Amino acid sequence: MDKMRRKVLRSFGGTAILAAGAVLLQPLEALAIDWKTAAYGAKNNADALKGLGYGDPASSADIVIKAPDIAENGSVVPLEVVSNIPGTEAIAIMVDKNPSPMVGEFIFSSHVDPYVSTRIKMGETSAVRVFVKAGGKTYTATREVKVTIGGCGG
Amino acid sequence: MAEPMKIRAQLQGNVADVKVLMNHPMETGNRKDAKTGQMIPLHFIRQVTASLNGAVVYEVQWSQAISKNPYLGFRLRGVKAGDRLSVAWLDNTGDKNAVETVIVSN
Repeated sequence: MDKMRRKVLRSFGGTAILAAGAVLLQPLEALAIDWKTAAYGAKNNADALKGLGYGDPASSADIVIKAPDIAENGSVVPLEVVSNIPGTEAIAIMVDKNPSPMVGEFIFSSHVDPYVSTRIKMGETSAVRVFVKAGGKTYTATREVKVTIGGCGG
Repeated sequence: MAEPMKIRAQLQGNVADVKVLMNHPMETGNRKDAKTGQMIPLHFIRQVTASLNGAVVYEVQWSQAISKNPYLGFRLRGVKAGDRLSVAWLDNTGDKNAVETVIVSN
């Protein structure tokens, strides 16, 4: 973790010298969050979940995943996730069949509703898998999205 | 280097619906440059933070599987007209960008 942080801070320092103006006003600590390297490097869901520090998940019907049944373009798949689980602290999103399943983690304070709207890349038809961290427990739901043209590159 | 971000915050009561559009190639590292035949290196926004009146209220971590020119929608609760909202991102090369807006009544 520390190695990661030093790397981020060092690379930011290099950019700060070249950049000018408002960029320099924000303190470094406010910007460099510990990016969960182990989760993002994982090649399967189980390892990614462990890397996130989430526990064994229980299925939940209170997680709503809105995504197209068929995505024409795997490079841009619109995705909305809502957690109706009380005390939701974070939502994590994975795509089972992507080269690295981890897509993102969204961590909420009391000022932000547990609702995520974004666009993701899917390499091929796959389950979109959502994990919710709430009240010290982990919950999960999935939704299958068919992909016509894959969007991971190559 | 980074282009301006677009942000829109619409207030209804004490809840603001926020939409942010960022400008970033979000390269997966799996794409080949058609002209040179070289692999285009991994280049993606790794984290996004949203701050309300200077305090971080939302932390987001991303992989390269978020689409190019990332879109992020979220809902802020317990906000009022005049509150300052800023959204900042940091990518894997250390590049960064931010945008600030003031929440206005609908």
